[in-house]
Amino acid sequence: MKRRFDLAEVSRRELNQALHDASDGESFEVLNPRGAHAVACGITADLDVVVRGSVGYYCAGMHQRGRVLVEGNASTGLAENIMSGLVHITGNATMSAGATGCGGLVVVGGNAGARCGISMKGVDIVVGGNVGHMSAFMAQAGNLVVCGDAAADLGDSIYEAQIFVRGDVESLGADCIEKEMRPEHVETLSRLLAAASPVGDGVDVSDFRRYGSARRLYNFTIDDVDALEAGQEAA
Amino acid sequence: MTTPPPDGLEPVEASDPDFWHLRESYSFDRNVIAEIRRAANTGIYRIRGWGAKRHLPTLDDLVFLGASMSRYPLEGYREACGTDVVIGEDRAERPVQLKIPVTIAGMSFGSLSAQAKEALGRGASAAGTSTTTGDGGMTEEERQHSATLVYQHLPSRYGMNPDHLRVADAIEVVVGQGAKPGGGGMLLGQKITERVAEMRTLPEGIDQRSACRHPDWTGPDDLEIKIGELREITDWQVPIYVKVGAARPYYDTALAVKAGADAVVVDGMQGGTAATQDVFIEHVGIPTLAAIGESVRALRELGVHRREVKLIVAGGVRSGADVAKALALGADAASIGTAALIAIGDNDPAYEAEYRALGTSAGFWEDFQAGNDPAGITTQDPGLSARLDPVLAGRRLANYLQVLTIETQILARANGKSHVLNLEPEDLAALTVEAAAMAKVPLAGTSWVPGVD
Repeated sequence: MKRRFDLAEVSRRELNQALHDASDGESFEVLNPRGAHAVACGITADLDVVVRGSVGYYCAGMHQRGRVLVEGNASTGLAENIMSGLVHITGNATMSAGATGCGGLVVVGGNAGARCGISMKGVDIVVGGNVGHMSAFMAQAGNLVVCGDAAADLGDSIYEAQIFVRGDVESLGADCIEKEMRPEHVETLSRLLAAASPVGDGVDVSDFRRYGSARRLYNFTIDDVDALEAGQEAA
Repeated sequence: MTTPPPDGLEPVEASDPDFWHLRESYSFDRNVIAEIRRAANTGIYRIRGWGAKRHLPTLDDLVFLGASMSRYPLEGYREACGTDVVIGEDRAERPVQLKIPVTIAGMSFGSLSAQAKEALGRGASAAGTSTTTGDGGMTEEERQHSATLVYQHLPSRYGMNPDHLRVADAIEVVVGQGAKPGGGGMLLGQKITERVAEMRTLPEGIDQRSACRHPDWTGPDDLEIKIGELREITDWQVPIYVKVGAARPYYDTALAVKAGADAVVVDGMQGGTAATQDVFIEHVGIPTLAAIGESVRALRELGVHRREVKLIVAGGVRSGADVAKALALGADAASIGTAALIAIGDNDPAYEAEYRALGTSAGFWEDFQAGNDPAGITTQDPGLSARLDPVLAGRRLANYLQVLTIETQILARANGKSHVLNLEPEDLAALTVEAAAMAKVPLAGTSWVPGVD
């Protein structure tokens, strides 16, 4: 049986406390979120949560287990620092969706704004539409899948995360390059698109290109003129 | 880079009368010349640890007036002089209770060895105060050895884990640091070992440059929402601090209060770092002395001073005198980093021969980024870190914290105060015009506070 919380009548504190106190297998329905911040954040049990309407900042922040479905849009920091589990929104997400996420899957049905997947540390993110500028900025690990286009400076200063884009890339950021799509990448991409159903349904894997780090910024470039001089003398 | 003089020649000694006609340039002294030569050889800016090394106005430029005709002192060792501090009692279910007004500042596992982190935890716990994690997450060892542990929430979010958030005794949102307001941390490849790399989700051996800006909020309005999220995730159990480098302390403090902080940590430019660009350390931020009064002014104007929002001051705090003066200016506690490392063995003269081999000397060692610290503190090398006995080093820190506390009490009693937090600006005078203007206390022997009517 679904437990129902109408945020027009009860506070966000009551909702989140109930989610934190809940046991594995429970289901929740949240009505009238009306852009409230930090809705359904810090979930640790295997729950099913459906939010009917749009949410504000940090919805499902630091999510650890279970599934949160938002029927609407989400503002900044959707599922920030997600550890595991699934966060899925049907609409658009503004800035920093999936920021610093360490695991799990974030699905955005519509478009995601700037810095989607910033500093991601192992999360997988699938965006049905486009992503904004500097997406996957300083991304450390995990996969960002973009079914539409990517705006400027994609993957700037990226570490070991992978980016898959189906549409156009306006420009790549510092140290981000296009890489070969090998069979293992096709496999990863197919798995993520399937997990992101219905967003990934019917999307052709062969349309995607892969991007990642050129690894040229990993270490400082340090000259040693003295050593050079000594070497020339020795020669 | 060191270029030795040609065979048979020793560098000129300033004490040798044969060379008294030589005049060293103030603008281009030997230190400046060495740095220009180093830059020319390597093509990379200087990176080092420690805080600002240049001469600055400090808390030494203030003195306490003591008791006299109009106020009487308290008997040392006989009459009580409280030292406890409570943080977050207004909003948190579990406020932080400190027995002494001195805390240990945030320093990461990664920049420090596991033994050094354990020593800090042991020393602080024995003294009844808190330690703080750093830019690299929380280790099991430091949670275990710290009775009160503050968990830092930093721009990089390295090792950020909600399970750790919930076992912390307080959360510190780090906006900036005194050594580098506006800059992120660095951890060079030598120290990115397998364990450190795994905790930070980074490739081993890279030269890590941490983010300097939070990934999911910008500005005080966002921060208010962020703090709300952190409180929701932790069910309003623990206090939330906001740490800022001393840049615009009046505005930064006011905005931190507006964002919902239980405590504001203001870190002056003498505050240390494990590794940052030297140009940042020496040229960005203002001295601790100049920051305290401005933060207090903001707290007073908002009606939260010594009430809902506490002020923790850091950056070059070395002695009970520094602590007492910071409290008299309006801080609720002081925080130590560099001094704590020295207490557990940093720059120990016992390792002089090894410091010499590294081209430095005990008292000058600052290459915390190099990962080859002879004292086993700023290193991830198993052999070097094993040199630090965390039990013994913890005892040294506990002793040092006790001295800081007793010294603070001595000065409080001398000014007739039954609690160290009863110290007030009226107990102070300044020795220099600069200090009088910065701390807003009268120049000694006058009633003049520069800049105040």
